[in-house]
Amino acid sequence: MSVATASGYLESLLQGRAQLPISPLAWLNRLRAEAVERVGALRVPTTHDEDWRFTDISSLTKLPFQPVHAASPLQTAEAERFYLEPATIRLVFVDGMYAPQLSTQVPGAAGDSGIVVTHLSAAVSAHATTLESHLGRHAEFCNNAFTALNTAFLHDGALIIVPRDVAVDMPVHLLFIATQKEAASYPRCLLIAESGSAVTVIEDYVALQQGVYVTNAVTEIALADNAHVNHIRVQRDSGQAFHIADCAVSLARASRYQSTSIALGARISRYNLNVQLAGEGAECAVDGLALITERQLADTHTCIDHIKPHGSSRQLHKCIVDGAAHAVFNGKIMVRPGAQLTDSVQSSRNLLLSGRAHVDTKPQLEIFADDVKCAHGATVGQLDSEEVFYLKSRGLSEMTARNLLTYAFGAEIIERIPVSSLRHRLKQTVLEHTQRN
Amino acid sequence: MIYPDSKSLLEVRGLRATVNGIEILKGIDLTVRSGEVHAIMGTNGSGKSTFAKVLAGHTAYEVTGGTVLFEGKNLFELAPEERARAGVFLAFQYPIEIPGVANNQFLRLTYNTVQTQRGKDELDPLEFDDFVREKMKMLEMSPDFLDRSVNAGFSGGEKKRNEILQMALLEPRLAILDETDSGLDIDALRIVANGVNQLATRDNATILVTHYQRLLNYIVPDYVHVMESGRIIKTGGKQLALELESHGYDWVSSEQRAAAGA
Ligand SMILES: Nc1ncnc2c1ncn2[C@@H]1O[C@H](COP(=O)(O)OP(=O)(O)OP(=O)(O)O)[C@@H](O)[C@H]1O
Ligand SMILES: [Mg+2]
Repeated sequence: MSVATASGYLESLLQGRAQLPISPLAWLNRLRAEAVERVGALRVPTTHDEDWRFTDISSLTKLPFQPVHAASPLQTAEAERFYLEPATIRLVFVDGMYAPQLSTQVPGAAGDSGIVVTHLSAAVSAHATTLESHLGRHAEFCNNAFTALNTAFLHDGALIIVPRDVAVDMPVHLLFIATQKEAASYPRCLLIAESGSAVTVIEDYVALQQGVYVTNAVTEIALADNAHVNHIRVQRDSGQAFHIADCAVSLARASRYQSTSIALGARISRYNLNVQLAGEGAECAVDGLALITERQLADTHTCIDHIKPHGSSRQLHKCIVDGAAHAVFNGKIMVRPGAQLTDSVQSSRNLLLSGRAHVDTKPQLEIFADDVKCAHGATVGQLDSEEVFYLKSRGLSEMTARNLLTYAFGAEIIERIPVSSLRHRLKQTVLEHTQRN
Repeated sequence: MIYPDSKSLLEVRGLRATVNGIEILKGIDLTVRSGEVHAIMGTNGSGKSTFAKVLAGHTAYEVTGGTVLFEGKNLFELAPEERARAGVFLAFQYPIEIPGVANNQFLRLTYNTVQTQRGKDELDPLEFDDFVREKMKMLEMSPDFLDRSVNAGFSGGEKKRNEILQMALLEPRLAILDETDSGLDIDALRIVANGVNQLATRDNATILVTHYQRLLNYIVPDYVHVMESGRIIKTGGKQLALELESHGYDWVSSEQRAAAGA
């Protein structure tokens, strides 16, 4: 693939912008225009780019994915199976477009607290100043063609504002349903957790049916002092889809960010997670699980950036790779000169279930402070034959033994999700996945 | 106990086995009839655990000679899980830790698998919970062990108790307990031994691999075998264990050598 055609490809994607309404906010129009300009200057990354060494997305450029402009008339009956019990505050987007008929309002009790869960375009007037200081300020698009594209299409999305000292008990479920083939969607989420607030947000990507489409998502999360955000991300797109996502998180003093990201779907997926510990004593736990098979590729790039002293980060990333699938993990831990007394642990553990399965894992430590504790490790292995024998010696079949061990490997991450119905559903998915084989 | 008309449960004839091409078992002969308790003693590295694992079907060991009949059928035609379902149970010298698999889930799964195989009904989680707690009481095990991962972080003695708990659930025909006593404190030894004794019937049999006479005070063997270099070199009654305790293994070996020389 030549660079020229690749950049031509990005520009062809921009054609869909013609239908975008002009925003009443001048700065938002400017932001989009800057993004359009960047798209023009950037190109689709290739395996010659260090950051994309293992992830060949040239197949993406074979189809002229365009955004959907007419909202799909999706009915509750079709969307319901993706809902989570017990109740959540739910925003649903179908092919990237807000679906009011499927979304819920913030219920009375939570509403009184002043929490805002709405779609962006409804919030432009009421929250203009908040939006201006956050939207597009965390997810950098200067060198990222996909984030630039998403920003160029920035119009609607999810907005969550949790006011000062408010702890929301009910999880917020952001549900993105893909229904159309060859469509491009540009989901956008902005979560602002004001000081001392606490919230659990589930970002959930699902498909109504199998099909080739592209999801290009950007999420921005800002935690003020002492805020606590639990962010769960589940990517269960169609097995033929492309899923490219960028999440930028900024942590102020003594705030705590917990992230659990699960990648199950998509033919090719790429998730960039950038966590900046920008305030003293900030804390993050970043966990991930990729469970893939056949010819899937799941690429996770994380960067945990310790900027201020007394920060701590803990990361456990696991991949279960079957068939001829390929998992990529690149975990960068940056400790800047000002980040003394940082405490950081990173672990990448990978389970290969077939001879053709493949994983590339790369921890990347860049430490510029001297008084820090940083530990990291990576393992790649198969199921332990002694464990398999132990289970068989108790009467379990080879397959049951292997499934149980595979499940246990993944369950360690799933256990960390604080929403029991989702945990249960994911465990079920892992069991079904392992039983297929 | 020795019953005059008992039928043979296990018949081992000239068993040879290798690991990584090294011969460890060099011709073992052993007959176990139902109702009996056999103790196997012997120096470190003499092949006791290897013998136990070969009987359980561990694939790291290659059987290179001899035959083993279990209830009259060729044991080597059965996969490890089939042996377990048929009633062979090995309590491991070093039980394996399985992080991420909850002990209660594991126990129920194995119990139900074996029950189904024997044409009996499965227990649902609630029924099983009552059932397993009853068994745990017998072994004076805290129910807290149900919620933990299988053996993960268990102390040496706790792992051994968990093995005997599995034995109590699966009710094997032939139980092979590989050094179940080592790692147990004095009280635990008595409790576990009581458990094993309660499980002993006319229709099953136990092979105890042990280094210590102490266990045999609690679980009284009908036969004591001494293993050396992959062979059973001497067999006697429970007296033999006491003699070994006072004279050491050297005494048997030299007796053997003398016999061979004579
Ligand atoms: N996987 C293996 N690779 C190489 N040698 C092995 C292997 N497994 C067992 N052996 C060897 O076989 C011999 C018998 O080992 P085994 O564990 O059966 O002894 P044991 O009688 O149970 O000893 P102990 O009383 O110490 O438990 C030992 O010399 C041991 O080192
Ligand atoms: Mg041994």
